Amino acid sequence: MSARDNILARVRSGLGLPGNVPGAERDKARAYIAEQPRGPRPTYGWSDGVARFCERSEKLGSSVDRVGSLAEVPQAVARYLQSKTLPTSAVIWPVLNALPWAAAGLAVQARSAQDSDLVGITGAFCAVAETGTLMLLSGKDTPATVSLLPETHIALVDVTRIVPGMEEAWALMKAEQGAPPRAVNFVSGPSRTADIEQTIVIGAHGPYRVHVVCYG
Amino acid sequence: MLLTSSSFKRNVRRKLEDPSLQRNMKRFGGRFVEARAAVMTEVDNLEEIRVAAAAIRDRSLANLDSYLMEFEAQAQARGTQVHWAETAQDVNRILIEIARSNGVRKIVKSKSMVSEESGLNDAVAAAGMQAIETDLGEYILQLAEEPPSHIIAPAIHKSVEEVAQLFSEKHHTPRQTDIPALCREAREQLRPHFLSADMGISGGNFLIAETGSVVIVTNEGNGRMVTTLPRIHVAITGIEKVLPTLNDFSTVVRLLTRSATGQSITNYVSMLTGPRREGDQDGPEQSHIILVDSGRSRLLGTELQQALRCIRCGACMNHCPVYQNIGGHAYGWVYPGPIGAVLTPSYVGLENALDLPQASTLCGACQVVCPVKIPLPELMRVLREKSFQQGLRPWHERWSIFLWRTAASHPRLYAGLTRLAVRLLRRLGGKDRLLHRLPGLDGWTEGRDMPAPSGQTFRELYRKRQS
Repeated sequence: MSARDNILARVRSGLGLPGNVPGAERDKARAYIAEQPRGPRPTYGWSDGVARFCERSEKLGSSVDRVGSLAEVPQAVARYLQSKTLPTSAVIWPVLNALPWAAAGLAVQARSAQDSDLVGITGAFCAVAETGTLMLLSGKDTPATVSLLPETHIALVDVTRIVPGMEEAWALMKAEQGAPPRAVNFVSGPSRTADIEQTIVIGAHGPYRVHVVCYG
Repeated sequence: MLLTSSSFKRNVRRKLEDPSLQRNMKRFGGRFVEARAAVMTEVDNLEEIRVAAAAIRDRSLANLDSYLMEFEAQAQARGTQVHWAETAQDVNRILIEIARSNGVRKIVKSKSMVSEESGLNDAVAAAGMQAIETDLGEYILQLAEEPPSHIIAPAIHKSVEEVAQLFSEKHHTPRQTDIPALCREAREQLRPHFLSADMGISGGNFLIAETGSVVIVTNEGNGRMVTTLPRIHVAITGIEKVLPTLNDFSTVVRLLTRSATGQSITNYVSMLTGPRREGDQDGPEQSHIILVDSGRSRLLGTELQQALRCIRCGACMNHCPVYQNIGGHAYGWVYPGPIGAVLTPSYVGLENALDLPQASTLCGACQVVCPVKIPLPELMRVLREKSFQQGLRPWHERWSIFLWRTAASHPRLYAGLTRLAVRLLRRLGGKDRLLHRLPGLDGWTEGRDMPAPSGQTFRELYRKRQS
């Protein structure tokens, strides 16, 4: 017998289930998965998802800006970078390449990120109001490294895609993409560690800064 | 990891007499407790969510084989290679086989407690490869050649001065004691390794049966690096970590991060499903998962099954008065604190960790804070009972209990003996009515005095009050 069969047999005999392979129980397990029940959530009151998202993002250590439309985003990004005296060249998600970056004075390259990239600009598949979290899906036009390797991560969020909780984010992903992509990353502020003396330090291995530009 | 749980009492003595450990535990030990208490005020229906989370974990365990098979089928459908390890040694063997067959030389690791169970780093080094820990706490400990002392804050026992000294010696850099500067130093040391490693190893907080995915819950970003940059990713985790659905995960993670670090959510929650897809510019070319039994299936169907609900938040140890005083190393294996006192004897054999279930006053703090309602004091009591039934307790303890049982089941004898005992003890108490020493119970009186009895038994006092 293989290690797999031994382990599964031990599990079955431990649980006191009859036979060697699950029959009816596996159908039951599948039925539970298909049913997709949702659990209870905190009932603390908030109704305006956009305001909640912005407030929680700032609490996580991100900065937040709001503009009227996607076309205004490059100008807002340029303003942010200048105000922080950060470089005006950036690596961006290929899916964002059509925006008027050059007109805003930014030099962008649409590709996955390298170690030398200092600013990374991504969109977001959606955002979660409850916790102020970005949901990023990997893909050929949305490479995962852009939100990871650079010291500054700028994320563009469509306000119509801010959902109440993680449950709605999963549902949106399944509705639009079916199966999950290679990587789903929920990002909640700049990377941090408290491994030395329980002291929180912003900027561990990932970005030091996360700036969110909400549009729409 | 080297097992030293059998010398628990000696370990404890050493830790209590270690001034720097005592100072560090007092300085930092309480911060998790405060952070958890503060963030839990966000959850006004905490009990309702705890009940739901415990039920989700129980559902997974009650049909563990079905959910594991479902997970395996989904993971394979998305290109993940699923391996099964019956023992800790099998974990090392499987991992080294994957590495060898792919010409791997350098491995970067994010935190995996399961890999500590098998001493994976030593096995990898013996096989001629390099494994580099990248979680800041684990990195510090790898440099110091020490095991972790906490499951989520592995270097909690170290002060900034100790880290500063270590970095300066190992990195050959000027000594600096500024914590952000030390974090930056570690980042700069580790970044080249992320970029040049052939393989990344991560743990897995959860497996999702619905999608065949592994989820890791992290803060530093190293977990994302090791699962994104190297050409091979291997996740190692226990078979009990499976959850049926993404919705179930959403419920459980609300409690995990709050119970662990006092965060509403961690910086990163990453769900990984298979290798890089066609057209992807980044992500590993191969995705593997090693599902580890190593003693877990033995708990199923017993009272101890409830311990397998554990989601590894560490709240039980943070709130444990014993852990707060002795730190994690004294427990002598991977999992310290109350959950360690239950899991260690179950995984490595009760006879090898006999004192761990005794290392508790059964005050119940661990059970109160456990997000999935594991009755830890009750499980420690079960293990105490087992160790007595199996004749594993020392002869003087067994004899004392035998004598006590004999007396207690003969009411007249019991009344006579207690009357004698309280009078004798009152006399021994002397003028200050304190017992500085109790013959045969030196351990108890070593650090404290016992108040002497008043000279009358409870029954005598009760009878007097009745009349």
